[in-house]
Amino acid sequence: MALDKPYLDIPGTTIFDAEQSRKGYWLNQFCMSLMKPENRARFLADPRAVLDEWPMTEAQKQAVLARDLNRCIAEGGNIYFLAKLGATHGKSFQQMAGSMTGMTEEEYRDMMIRGGRSVEGNRHLGEDGSAQPHRQPQGSAARPGF
Amino acid sequence: MARITASVYTSHVPAIGAALDQGKSDEPYWRKVFAGYEFSRQWLKESRPDVIFLVYNDHATAFSLDFIPTFAIGTAAGYAPADEGWGPRPVPKVTGHPELASHIAQSVIQDDFDLTIVNRMDVDHGLTVPLSLMCGAQDPVHGAWPCPVIPFAVNVVQYPVPSGRRCFALGRAIRKAVASYDADLNVQVWGTGGMSHQLQGPRAGLINAEWDNRFLDRLIAEPDKLAEVPHIEYVREAGSEGIELVMWLIARGAMSDAPPRVRHRFYHVPASNTAVGHLILENA
Repeated sequence: MALDKPYLDIPGTTIFDAEQSRKGYWLNQFCMSLMKPENRARFLADPRAVLDEWPMTEAQKQAVLARDLNRCIAEGGNIYFLAKLGATHGKSFQQMAGSMTGMTEEEYRDMMIRGGRSVEGNRHLGEDGSAQPHRQPQGSAARPGF
Repeated sequence: MARITASVYTSHVPAIGAALDQGKSDEPYWRKVFAGYEFSRQWLKESRPDVIFLVYNDHATAFSLDFIPTFAIGTAAGYAPADEGWGPRPVPKVTGHPELASHIAQSVIQDDFDLTIVNRMDVDHGLTVPLSLMCGAQDPVHGAWPCPVIPFAVNVVQYPVPSGRRCFALGRAIRKAVASYDADLNVQVWGTGGMSHQLQGPRAGLINAEWDNRFLDRLIAEPDKLAEVPHIEYVREAGSEGIELVMWLIARGAMSDAPPRVRHRFYHVPASNTAVGHLILENA
């Protein structure tokens, strides 16, 4: 019997399940290596060379180099692992989260101060809320990624 | 005999720790968050716990994808604040309580909860931010947390996380374990994480204040019924990271069956990406 995945119809959301975890194993383990300052310094000095030391796919490496967290997550990344990558680049969790919406930092921060994103229209795919595929990107950020 | 006197519930947003560590707690944005904990700091001083049993989740810090324990109890003598990529938080080391932790592990494992026992790990913001909120800023060298802490880590990173029902039943097993410990200890159980938030994808920034406040109401009044809420409701209504709220049910299950005394309740949006919820319940 296939695994039950009742969460696949939530817009703008990737649940980190066993399948994603298998896909992203080396990407996430690379991110763990950034918990050591010497590894952060090496990565910042020559990101491509450090990535090539890991058995990651080229798509995973390109997503890391582009600092595009949506692409990293599509390739199996998990936000708590990817947070080490953001931290290495000096970014906060708010900057990282906002970077996945297409909003600028200011636009995303202002949305949070106004009470955050409404759940209305964002519970199921096919509704008309701000997180739905046909509403992307949401803001005026110049490019994807942080 | 040891006894559980109270439970504390709070969000553990990393930016709250950063605001304290960088001296930003007087900025208007953060003042609104910390104002909700002024009562709590005084309350903690007066309630004088001997041990805090602190339920939190490890955010890919002590546990990578190599090991993913569903429930892990710290039985070490001490724990260092972790480097999560920004450098370790400048806060005191955490002193453990190996004797009570081992006693609880022995008791709840024999009650059919298969805990992972951890004798060495660093602790991340999930554990240190609640301590900072409840104790205020502490000097990393000359300061100290008020009492020993037993870290209890729950997997909420890789799906599926334990069910609310399982968490609530585990809390009851912890209650029984503490009551059978042969020393006169005042024990508090803290449940941390949440409330509604989502840190990923185009749906990042989701907040559901109505659902959160209903969760607080039900946690106080009918936790056994709240424990029946399935995962998918947390994710759909409170965001993919709102699932952390199952951990609050462990702390609630550790309280006595009689209605608790509500000492404090606070709710605020936002702290960074997250709705901050906070409760203090005392056993009647």
